[in-house]
Amino acid sequence: MLEVCDLAVNYRNRWAIDGISFRLQPGHIAGLFGPNGAGKSTLIKGILGLVPIAKGAVSYDSQPLKRQLKKVAYVPQRNKIDWDYPVTVEKVVMMGRIPATGWFKQPSRNSREIVERALSRVGMTQFRQHQIRDLSGGQQQRVFLARAIAQEADLFFFDEPFNNIDYRTEEIIFEVFQELKQQQKTLLVISHDLGKTIANYDQLLLLNQRLIAVGERKRVLTNQNIQQTYGKLVSC
Amino acid sequence: MRQAIAIGFFLGILSAIVGSYLILQQMGMMGGVIAHAVLPGISIAFFLEINLAIGAFIAGILSALLVMGIETRSQIKVDSAMALTLSSFLALGIILINLLKTNQIDLSSILFGDILGVTAKDVWQTAIITIFIVVVTKLFYKELEFYTFDPIGAKACGLPVKLLYFGLICAITLTIVASMQTVGVLLVMSLLVGPAITAYLLIKELYQMMIVGAIIGIFSSISGMYISYYCDLPSGAAIVMTIFSCFMLAFLFSPSQGILNTPQNRHRLSVIIKSLYRR
Ligand SMILES: Nc1ncnc2c1ncn2[C@@H]1O[C@H](COP(=O)(O)OP(=O)(O)O)[C@@H](O)[C@H]1O
Ligand SMILES: [Mg+2]
Repeated sequence: MLEVCDLAVNYRNRWAIDGISFRLQPGHIAGLFGPNGAGKSTLIKGILGLVPIAKGAVSYDSQPLKRQLKKVAYVPQRNKIDWDYPVTVEKVVMMGRIPATGWFKQPSRNSREIVERALSRVGMTQFRQHQIRDLSGGQQQRVFLARAIAQEADLFFFDEPFNNIDYRTEEIIFEVFQELKQQQKTLLVISHDLGKTIANYDQLLLLNQRLIAVGERKRVLTNQNIQQTYGKLVSC
Repeated sequence: MRQAIAIGFFLGILSAIVGSYLILQQMGMMGGVIAHAVLPGISIAFFLEINLAIGAFIAGILSALLVMGIETRSQIKVDSAMALTLSSFLALGIILINLLKTNQIDLSSILFGDILGVTAKDVWQTAIITIFIVVVTKLFYKELEFYTFDPIGAKACGLPVKLLYFGLICAITLTIVASMQTVGVLLVMSLLVGPAITAYLLIKELYQMMIVGAIIGIFSSISGMYISYYCDLPSGAAIVMTIFSCFMLAFLFSPSQGILNTPQNRHRLSVIIKSLYRR
């Protein structure tokens, strides 16, 4: 179980997020929602220790998460990646195997098979030798999904995986989420779609600097909570 | 001349490898800072009568640490921090040269390079640095590739990204120190950036960028030296202009990214050729 306790991050003098506490269960998919600038990306980065945290603690199975980062797969927001980097699809997915491979070693045969399966799972096998700069947005997202699969992690964090992608890619992402859920993995997903894809989440978190609400869909998606989060009413 | 060619050979390899990382990690400005910041170190080393390269290396690293310190501990944007550090280290170097009466240092050969001053010791030094960097790159290739492609993702996996970054800074500084004698600190950026960026226009993967970059680097530095020797031009400037010519060729005609090699242009060309045949 992932436990976030009173987490706060400030960028210089401004609080980006403050007083965040919640738990995520294995075998659950959590959806993190909030307006732009609400601190969604910051929350994930704070959990993973990618930005300095001002206070609070994050533990996984009662141990600090910071010391178990090998169990984490993180898919950053796509616009944060340098897509002009000269690297092939297969290489990017293989990067997911680096923590398991270790220093001074070449990826094992097992790793190569895992990468192959991950590529085929997201339907990118025929693009394995392509350069990432030649891919469409949806294909790029699939490559990173494959990398996350290849990591064989226990905890998965996705930052806005559904931005600017095609319909088929969205379908594949949700299929993979369900498979990971079956394998008792823990998932935290940032999304903006409060429409019908919301049925995929077992738990919702509404964030706007503070955690407005957390829990099951029915209890979280009240007009009052949504108004508090987005500052206006959203039909859903 | 034999020594000059040998040093050109090693510099071509060294600068292409380190330059590839420098470009992909967008550390070009940092390279410029380090290149200028070596001066106070050289002055002190000269005063203490130790190897100038050691002084230059320490000063270069200190300047990079200062930039990183200012950047992380304030709201100042990194390019301002760099501009400030660069000129301050340069100024400190000039002051030290005056104070320590080390003005026997041949400043112009440090700034612009002097191929005729290359000694056997310089060749050995460059060879050792090159071999060291090649070995380290081979050992940490996959981690460095991951880090330079996706630093946040690498950090999230638990890779020691600060250490990798510092390693890159050290490699850049070593390369600058090694090229000081040949091209000089003002022109070293060309050697670091030019061959690697030219290769970038022609290749698909990082290791290819290093190999093709090394070939371009070796070719440019050796042919630049010949040009400088036979036309009696400063070696650094001749090498830099050779590198730039290679870059322009790739920029215009690269099969995948050349600006004269767009689909429209190819179409236009085929139209022209067809119309010629029709007449
Ligand atoms: N590295 C940073 N330095 C300073 N401020 C930042 C930084 N990253 C994000 N912020 C600020 O923190 C707030 C939350 O950002 P973010 O977590 O990216 O929001 P979201 O992902 O919900 O859109 C925003 O106001 C943003 O401007
Ligand atoms: Mg965000």
